[in-house]
Amino acid sequence: MINLGTITTQPKISLTTSQLSRANCWDHILARLGYRRSEHRVEPGLYAIGKPTSDSQVFVTANYSLSFDALRSNLEGKDGYILVLDTQGVNVWCAAGKKTFGTEEVVLRVIGTQLKKIVNHRVLILPQLGAPGVAYQEVKKRTGFKVEFGPVRAADLPEYLKTHQATPDMRRVKFTVRDRLALIPVDLFRLLLPGLLVALVVYFLLGGLIPALSVLAALFSAGILFPLLLPWLPTHNFSTKGYFLGFLTALPFALSVFSRHPDRSWYHQGALGVGFLLAMPAVIAYITLNFTGSSTFTSKTGVRREMFAYLPFMAWTFAVGTILLVTSVFIH
Amino acid sequence: MFDAYAVNTLAYEADLCNGCAMCVAVCPHAVFEMNGRKALLTRPLACMECGACQLNCVTGAIKVESGVGCANAMIRAALLGKPEAECSCG
Repeated sequence: MINLGTITTQPKISLTTSQLSRANCWDHILARLGYRRSEHRVEPGLYAIGKPTSDSQVFVTANYSLSFDALRSNLEGKDGYILVLDTQGVNVWCAAGKKTFGTEEVVLRVIGTQLKKIVNHRVLILPQLGAPGVAYQEVKKRTGFKVEFGPVRAADLPEYLKTHQATPDMRRVKFTVRDRLALIPVDLFRLLLPGLLVALVVYFLLGGLIPALSVLAALFSAGILFPLLLPWLPTHNFSTKGYFLGFLTALPFALSVFSRHPDRSWYHQGALGVGFLLAMPAVIAYITLNFTGSSTFTSKTGVRREMFAYLPFMAWTFAVGTILLVTSVFIH
Repeated sequence: MFDAYAVNTLAYEADLCNGCAMCVAVCPHAVFEMNGRKALLTRPLACMECGACQLNCVTGAIKVESGVGCANAMIRAALLGKPEAECSCG
């Protein structure tokens, strides 16, 4: 919500630069690690970059520090205004999905900052990924400003600003190895503590290093290998991709049963092996199904279909696998 | 069975298109393409239902049930008994 107290006769304009400080870089690292995720914020409002005049362009962004910094660092040598919306510290695309990067917020900010008094033109340049939240015709009607959707990535802005025409490539969202690598720490750190706890419990309950290692191996596969290998894993569904990777991860653990327990009967060995093959892929597939939200292309319809198709299967295979593993420890 | 993404809710009525090309500009997956004065739905299955095209289509030619394609959000919504999934990462 806009703070009415800031509407004074003299528009308030903060200053910023295209330079990223060491503090900014440290903030980016913490954000990438998921530390205090919603606290990487910039004060919403109007900013001046360079030496803008009343003819300078206005760029709109979210008040997530990574979004704001991506924009300003790509405006090096340019004079302009940056209108920061209050998205509660959420990036442009996700905030657009929640409509906090939305028509209402754009309209209120334009009015609240008295932008009409500051610039002569009536154009706002928005990131393309703000479009799920912003209806251009509505902004035009209520503020008089024309919304121009710029490129997806701020890095393409210098090129875009030469012609104000985005190439088809600038319009496409990608999910490169680099993009996927950047996502690994957040998920891994979130899973690490519960993972270690489960590994400890397994170590003492099942009394073995190998079962405890299987928990960590599952985390490693789902948290690191899966994002890296995503495009090359077979099938389209994240669950089946996860099952494929999970089966490969579980196989050495299942086979290790025969060398570790040569003295046990074949059905005892079999139960343990099958236990690993059922429980581990289920856990991995569950985590990888949850990676749909981090990806850039899954639809709500598709994810819902995946969930209905595979969640019950995951629950059953996990339960049966765990029962096999636990009982074979107590039954000799 | 292995492709849950073979269907989605995107619907396009070409008769209503006024050729403004906003759908082409806002779509992150090149689902639409301009063909003269009309938008063409060329890659319907690449749609991720973000809803940007529908919101920016002044003639109402595009309809899509938009929402977040995030299992985590939907599982949480189901567990909390909420009707609509809402993303709550960072």
